[in-house]
Amino acid sequence: MREIDVALVEEAIRSLFLRACREVGPDVLACLRRAHEREESPFGREALRQILENDRIAAERGMPLCQDTGMAVVFLDVGQDVHFTGGDVGEAIDRGVYRAYRDGCFRASVLDPITRENTRDNTPAVVHTRIVPGDRVTLTAAPKGFGSENMSRLFMLTPSQGVQGVMEAVVETVRLAGGNPCPPVVVGVGVGGTAERAMELAKRSLLRDCGEPSQDEALARMERELLRRINALGIGPQGLGGRVTALAVHILKEPTHIAGLPVAVNMQCHAARHASAVL
Amino acid sequence: MPTHVSAPLSREQALALRAGETVLLSGTIFTARDAAHKRLCALLDAGEPLPIPLDGQVVYYAGPCPALPGDPIGACGPTTSSRMDAYAPRLLERGLRGMIGKGPRGEAVREAIARFGGVYFAATGGAGALIAGCVKEARVVAFPELGAEAIRALRVEKLPLIVAVDAAGGDLYAAGPAAYAAAP
Ligand code: SF4
Repeated sequence: MREIDVALVEEAIRSLFLRACREVGPDVLACLRRAHEREESPFGREALRQILENDRIAAERGMPLCQDTGMAVVFLDVGQDVHFTGGDVGEAIDRGVYRAYRDGCFRASVLDPITRENTRDNTPAVVHTRIVPGDRVTLTAAPKGFGSENMSRLFMLTPSQGVQGVMEAVVETVRLAGGNPCPPVVVGVGVGGTAERAMELAKRSLLRDCGEPSQDEALARMERELLRRINALGIGPQGLGGRVTALAVHILKEPTHIAGLPVAVNMQCHAARHASAVL
Repeated sequence: MPTHVSAPLSREQALALRAGETVLLSGTIFTARDAAHKRLCALLDAGEPLPIPLDGQVVYYAGPCPALPGDPIGACGPTTSSRMDAYAPRLLERGLRGMIGKGPRGEAVREAIARFGGVYFAATGGAGALIAGCVKEARVVAFPELGAEAIRALRVEKLPLIVAVDAAGGDLYAAGPAAYAAAP
């Protein structure tokens, strides 16, 4: 049994959100630079130039790269030999979020869905917890803007629709989203499980380094084919036309029911922000 | 070369702009997004005066971050414009000339732009830090209780935009992707 004070969790969450909202990772920057080289459309090239310049300014000045600093999504993997001490770990996460958003001058974008009254401190976080072997805690902060989140879709396909149906569902989602999710996007796809598990897989797939292929050869082939088909749509950076609509497609799968084929698509804008730490 | 445009914007200037033209906008614009649009239209319904002028003005669909110490404003890129489609035709009818946002507009908005002589500009979504550098002054002018969604008057210099929908029916969100779509 290893004891971990929740104050450490709070500190880690605070610093992860501060970092994530100000800087995209080197993997995303590399994909954006390649996109800028490859893009033929003048509007697309200009948008990518502005995005790269923006990301440089934000990191240099320590300001959020996008004003939509998102909902605070947290992926929490807790080793089963860990015992949290010093308070409620959920409250510690929310305190870390609130302090990051206050200290970073990030926008408070979270409100009651019915009354539309703002919680004013960007809490509560959306936390996905897993119990895993070992005595460590892995925390990932993934602030998620809603321009892209609003374009998410869930399809409960029938088994007969098969892989072809999966491919069509994904391409159609990106086509319908057009310029709304701030392309170039990373397209997260979750296949299998139940309805809610498929969505979680789609979001979790976005944590992979941008453009890194799936370990599963069949999924990696689907990712390549989807990327080709999506970039043939012509939507382009910012939806103004061009060759680069998506930087990458990431798929995760899990077993599902004999009667079903859930497919979830979670779109991630070019502000593909996430940061992790291990305690 | 980009066209220099100033805000407020005359009808003639707006009518001369064409989809696909790059623009640097300077002058005073007003931020307004979902909640502020809802309030503005409620005031129109009630026949009450609006807290900001509309005639010839440009609204920017944006809700900025709080400013870093010493800055006039925090990150302030555009939000998705289609959420304001329900309100935009009414404001255009009342003299609103320009809108700045990201993403395509619906048919009713495009028609209102043609009918009343307006223009819709695209700003780069997610370029909040870059755009903040173009904002020289910002002050809340209406609905302060809405926080990030309050209406702010921004004095901007050389804000980089692209004309996305013009009054002659041009729509870059349709023409641009069509030009790069591969044959199926
Ligand atoms: S979709 Fe992403 S880049 Fe675009 S405004 Fe929202 S958070 Fe920012």
